[in-house]
Amino acid sequence: MSAPLLDVRGLRTVFETRAGTVCAVDGVDVSVHRGECLGIVGESGSGKSVTFASVMGLVKSPGRIEAGTILLDGCDLRGLTPKQMRAVRGKDIAMTMQDALTALNPALTVGEQIAEVFDAHDYTLPRRGSARARAIRDKSAEMLGLVGIPSAESRLRQYPHEFSGGMRQRIMIAIALACRPKLLIADEPTTALDVTIQAQVLELITEIRARLGMSVVLITHDLGVVAEHCDRVMVMYAGQVIEEGPTAEVIAQPQHPYTRGLLASIPRPALRGQPIRPIEGQVPDLIGLPPQCRFYSRCPLHRDACLAPVAMRSAGPNRRVRCILSGEPVE
Amino acid sequence: MSLGKLLERILQLLPVLLGVSLIVFAMMALTPGDPVQIMIGDQSVTPEQEAALRRDLGLDRPIHERFFLFVTDAVRGDFGESFYHRRPVADVIAERLPATIELSLVALIVALATAIPLGVLAAIRKNSVLDRLATVGSLLGVSLPGFWFGILLMMLFAVHLQILPVSGRIGYSSEIVPITGFLLVDTLLRGNLSAFWDALSHIILPAITLGLPMTAILMRVTRTSMLEVLRQDYVTFAEAKGLSRRRVLFRHALKNALIPTVSVAAIETGSLLGGNMIVETVFGWPGLGRLVVESIFLRNYPLVQAAVLFYAVTYVLLNFAADLLYTALNPRVKL
Ligand SMILES: Nc1ncnc2c1ncn2[C@@H]1O[C@H](COP(=O)(O)OP(=O)(O)OP(=O)(O)O)[C@@H](O)[C@H]1O
Ligand SMILES: [Mg+2]
Repeated sequence: MSAPLLDVRGLRTVFETRAGTVCAVDGVDVSVHRGECLGIVGESGSGKSVTFASVMGLVKSPGRIEAGTILLDGCDLRGLTPKQMRAVRGKDIAMTMQDALTALNPALTVGEQIAEVFDAHDYTLPRRGSARARAIRDKSAEMLGLVGIPSAESRLRQYPHEFSGGMRQRIMIAIALACRPKLLIADEPTTALDVTIQAQVLELITEIRARLGMSVVLITHDLGVVAEHCDRVMVMYAGQVIEEGPTAEVIAQPQHPYTRGLLASIPRPALRGQPIRPIEGQVPDLIGLPPQCRFYSRCPLHRDACLAPVAMRSAGPNRRVRCILSGEPVE
Repeated sequence: MSLGKLLERILQLLPVLLGVSLIVFAMMALTPGDPVQIMIGDQSVTPEQEAALRRDLGLDRPIHERFFLFVTDAVRGDFGESFYHRRPVADVIAERLPATIELSLVALIVALATAIPLGVLAAIRKNSVLDRLATVGSLLGVSLPGFWFGILLMMLFAVHLQILPVSGRIGYSSEIVPITGFLLVDTLLRGNLSAFWDALSHIILPAITLGLPMTAILMRVTRTSMLEVLRQDYVTFAEAKGLSRRRVLFRHALKNALIPTVSVAAIETGSLLGGNMIVETVFGWPGLGRLVVESIFLRNYPLVQAAVLFYAVTYVLLNFAADLLYTALNPRVKL
């Protein structure tokens, strides 16, 4: 298998708070291959957004990346200067935010917010003057057209509040895709939308992915979305990856009790549109966690052996699980 | 922005003006001191002469009659004669106004030019030494009495270091024939650079003194709103687009952060009016503020009444301007 596009090893991101150090991401490995769609699922607060904010270099104080390597196309992103990182963001990796309603700047026109991405990254444009402005305007209109916003030319002059929620989601996707990134991180692209628009937006992402040959990380609460759109899935729990593998296999034969719980709470085969129903109990406090399995207190199968630290184990080709009851230890 | 809204504002102004006039009238009548006695001073006059002067000034009538006369005249744009100057009050005020407007504008510019950069810097370097200094500074700025700070500046720069003049608007040798009444403009229009520098050196200390409380307030407002804006998703998204730091800070963050700053600035400009009285008196600035203070001491009723009305109108108009600016800057709000 060729080297992955994105390869994250041992990522650890913490937030210093008054109550103590919150370990939001603790030893996460992620790899995303070229052209694939990787789904990330997990309860609220499991570290999905923080993991990819770390990849983007957007963890803000009081947060900081404490350990780990982040390779994009073999290039170590953590070793880049802020300026070099800015050249990667928006060009090689793009992101859409969890909440489309707050991600667009209310004081700037939509046109300007698309145009500035081209202005920052597109070196094929004329250097300056009206030719450059026109080229940028054409490309911006083309992007709006691509995400299915009609009469793009005139809508470029409008402000975000003049668009509906679904439209704003599309605009955000248009901005993210403007420079044809190699990797799109779509953080819950559908949560704020109603069901039909959800489907349209996901279709759009899948279609553009095929057209541009990019990789997509799809963060979601919706296992139905994962089943339909993702090649592989990664389940996160309390800052750790607890299970990972090809979507069909994970759904057919979940290995981790947590994943089984997630799936059991959904009536199959109608997976679609079902949010994750909470499993009994609470996600542990991420401050000063004991070394034991993080799911221990909620796990129906827990035993004394689970009180020792649990490493990732191999559960067949391309499958990993963090539970001593399945798989085999990797050397 | 519709004409109707403007009209509505103007109509709202009328009861305010009536109320303000009434209060000023009552206060002037209740403060001890008789304008006629003050005008006579040490001169020896006969009781007949005194009565004639009193009649001449209209002070022989009862107060409610005087108020009624004042209002009916004022509606026709006649504010009476200044007791002291024996000329129409409107002319006297118009003469002094450019000096005050010029001083206020320079104070406003000084305040904006220091408060915005400091507020932004304090926000992006939150909890740094600079941020702490700015916080302490702004606390002092709002709490220091203006006259005290003015005198302090004057002692330091004019008396001790002798690099700036003590008081006045321009030196005798640099006086020029006015065109607009704004000396900084007129000296340039006349091509008299040395007079321009002279006028500038005169305006610096009073402008800083006048602008200090405003600088302090605007700095706090800018810092707070900038911190608020920097937490917003759209700033993170702008960073995720790989935009330059400058663009994220100034185009995305500052444009939104300035909305409160600008509206507060417009409202606070009204408070410069009050500050003017003190600062103009301390620095011997020949503007409306000093004129009003002098007129209060001389019990020059017509002038004080007209000036207060002028202040009230200006204050309301500035508030209106604040609303307009807020709308202009914020595409989500339509008046
Ligand atoms: N600025 C912060 N300060 C302190 N803790 C934070 C901060 N940001 C995130 N965290 C912590 O990091 C943990 C993971 O947050 P994250 O946003 O990644 O969750 P998520 O999996 O994306 O959840 P959701 O599905 O709700 O988006 C949370 O428990 C949260 O408490
Ligand atoms: Mg999230």
